[in-house]
Amino acid sequence: MKALHNLLDSVRPHFEEGGKLSKFWVVYDSLETFAFTPGHATKNGVHIRDGVDLKRTMFMVIVALIPALLFGTWNQGHQYLLSIGEITPNDPLMTALWDKLFIGAVKVLPLVVVSYGVGLGIEFLFAGMRGHSINEGYLVSGMLIPLIMPVDCPLWMVALAVAFAVIIAKEVFGGTGMNILNVALTARAFLFFAYPKQLSGEIWIHNVKASADAGLLADGYTGATALGHLASTVGKGLDEPAVTGVMSMFGANGMFSLSNSFLGLIPGSIGETSALAILIGAALLIWTGIGSWKIMSSFLAGGLVMGFLFNLLGLNAYMTLPAIHQVVMGGFMFGMVFMATDPVSAAQTERGKWIYGFFGGFLSIMIRVFNPAYPEGVMMAILFMNVMAPLIDHYVIEVNVGKREKRALAAQGVTA
Amino acid sequence: MTRTIRIKKGADIRLKGRPSTQVEQASSAPLYAVQPPNYQGIVPKLEVKEGATVKAGSTLFHSKEHPEVKFLSPVSGTVKQVVRGEKRRILAVVVEADGKNELHAFASVDPVATDREALVAAVAERGFFAFIEQRPFATAANPTDVPRSIHVSGFDSAPLAADMEVALAGREAAFQTGIHALRVLAGGSNVQLGTKAVQTFFNAIEGVDTFTFEGPHPTGNAGVQIHHTRPINKGEVVWTMHAEDVANLGETLSSGTYCATRVVAVAGSECDAPRHLQTTLGCAISTLVGSVNEEEVRIVSGNPLTGDRTANDGFLGGMHHQVCLLPEGNKPKFLLVDGWLGLGFDKFSLSKSYPTWLMPKSKEFAMDTCNNGEERAFVVTGQYEPVFPFDIYPVQLLKSIIANDIDAMEKLGIYEVAPEDFALCEYACTSKIAVQSIVRNGLDMLKKELG
Repeated sequence: MKALHNLLDSVRPHFEEGGKLSKFWVVYDSLETFAFTPGHATKNGVHIRDGVDLKRTMFMVIVALIPALLFGTWNQGHQYLLSIGEITPNDPLMTALWDKLFIGAVKVLPLVVVSYGVGLGIEFLFAGMRGHSINEGYLVSGMLIPLIMPVDCPLWMVALAVAFAVIIAKEVFGGTGMNILNVALTARAFLFFAYPKQLSGEIWIHNVKASADAGLLADGYTGATALGHLASTVGKGLDEPAVTGVMSMFGANGMFSLSNSFLGLIPGSIGETSALAILIGAALLIWTGIGSWKIMSSFLAGGLVMGFLFNLLGLNAYMTLPAIHQVVMGGFMFGMVFMATDPVSAAQTERGKWIYGFFGGFLSIMIRVFNPAYPEGVMMAILFMNVMAPLIDHYVIEVNVGKREKRALAAQGVTA
Repeated sequence: MTRTIRIKKGADIRLKGRPSTQVEQASSAPLYAVQPPNYQGIVPKLEVKEGATVKAGSTLFHSKEHPEVKFLSPVSGTVKQVVRGEKRRILAVVVEADGKNELHAFASVDPVATDREALVAAVAERGFFAFIEQRPFATAANPTDVPRSIHVSGFDSAPLAADMEVALAGREAAFQTGIHALRVLAGGSNVQLGTKAVQTFFNAIEGVDTFTFEGPHPTGNAGVQIHHTRPINKGEVVWTMHAEDVANLGETLSSGTYCATRVVAVAGSECDAPRHLQTTLGCAISTLVGSVNEEEVRIVSGNPLTGDRTANDGFLGGMHHQVCLLPEGNKPKFLLVDGWLGLGFDKFSLSKSYPTWLMPKSKEFAMDTCNNGEERAFVVTGQYEPVFPFDIYPVQLLKSIIANDIDAMEKLGIYEVAPEDFALCEYACTSKIAVQSIVRNGLDMLKKELG
């Protein structure tokens, strides 16, 4: 390690003020601090500091994302082979394992590379301009963004979305720690509103349109996601054949059965389909205390309550879907574990987190069912709650302030 | 009247090198110093010049704002040097001890038989207002105030702290006299004492409201104890005093000679024999710890969370009752070995991303002074609250201070806190924010604003 450190030290002068490469100081600094925690000793205040820093914290989130990433990669291959009838849903899942992983990797890796490349590029630019060091925030955002993209999303669209999100949602507000909206969701929302046609159509399963044109598509495959199918039932009678056809897909043996939805063997954004893989990540986040269990559990409760209320109402076929099925579908779980818990854009008071999470989950299911034009209600709900979070915190803190004022008045009453 | 209060929030940082309960006499130091920056908010006016001869108890300087508040020489000898810093600010008045131990004679005072005004004057003249702090603002007490109450914490919960039972052993009478004096200063009664259940020293002490506390650090902080018994409201003033200083006050009042005894815990992983040493206020650090290699070892006067860094030629701080020797953490740490991705079995962390919480509670850690990361914006939330036992929102209060929002600071409860109450927040901070110095700025700003 000494050798590596000596090497870094030897090239250091080039990057320092007056050196040939001083413009790239940020790059050097971030690489050096990545490899070696600097030997900065404490100065004022505490003489000893906890071992944890932002790098470790963010890294834990990345580790928590790995199950969803690996499963998502495999699932994209799986869905592709299913869609062209190469395999059937009854085949063992391990069939053609390497084919699936290869197909998935070929699609997923470029998305990850583009996300990190564009995002970190902009971060370096801003850090250089402002003369501060790189914040670790984008390490997580950069992984989240590809995981909430459809598999065939054109790379240029991803690049554009990343640029928009990093600049408008984050850097404009002052960088990591200052943003109001979740960066990754802003990227997704940008695509949703800027390119609605591309996003709603034929990019959820790899090559689905080409397969259809070539007449290869297996029975039942249209390329639509679970939420897309369900959205098509809204506004139609419960007994219409089109509706019963869709609902049968959600039955015990259907394509979107509860177990398929939970395991994630359905089409959807890369990382969002498997509730199981996401919950493994959630366990790590809760275990290490990095993701707020309060937000996750209240978010889940909110979703279940809304789903259950819909079950009671039962006004359309969408509403009759069991609440538990609702929360394992679409982006609900992914949003709950990785988006709603973003500490910067979530509520920051402990009590506020309960309220924030509950309404996040509640609204996710509500938007999804009420407004079929927004099949992915989770994104809208979390972004909305991001905006509301400071307000929630404000009222939580007001209670505390009020208590203190009351106490002061009572004390004056005693002395007066 | 005893009430037990259980405090759950907080954390005991399990550092290696806790002091044994043995008390040894430290060798007498050649040099002693009284350091004005140790006394928050005091602007010193010198009463002696370099070369002057002083007795133990002679005034070295007084407070510019309240000239009756005196700061006394702990030993007899000659004023060797007045150390000045930037803008000629006085950093220390150094006295070279002559070993004769000549004592300045004060009148002997019975606090019970003295009215408040006379006692305030007597305490100030005997140099003991220096050791009384006040809240709000966490500064030296203003002798013209009449405090709502005076709070004495009977134990120190900080890492490696001195054991108050050990430090005070045999001084019951002096402590009792000190408490009587505080009762008069507080207007007749209203003296509170916070103790631990295991302590016996305070059992026979009369004239105080005693509260028993259970819980991790910072339960021993006066601020925490006040908050959980009689929280401070806007407009109220509460004084606090260290228990050892209460005993010294009692002894000084009854004997008529200045008592500046200190029993200091000398501890830390770099300390060969962690123990208690009996010495005198302001002694040269070297008589406590010998000479260390400053490149490798940091000398901290005070506790590892709030103390002052000092050097081989430094002195024991005026408000300090412990000295710690910690390994310097000034070397880069490679990410996989001992850096941010390391397993970290040797690191004490409050974060569960390190395995500390899986290890036996008896394991102790040798923490070095490395920052363990770089400073960042506030990102992680819910991290300060578990180690901050106040019904106050710490992050929001800090942000209001950063934003210079005096109104918000008041509303969020800044009157109740001192920087030391935030020390664990600063320790735990993922973003390595200088929390205590932010709080200090806020308190100073508020004091200036309110005049």
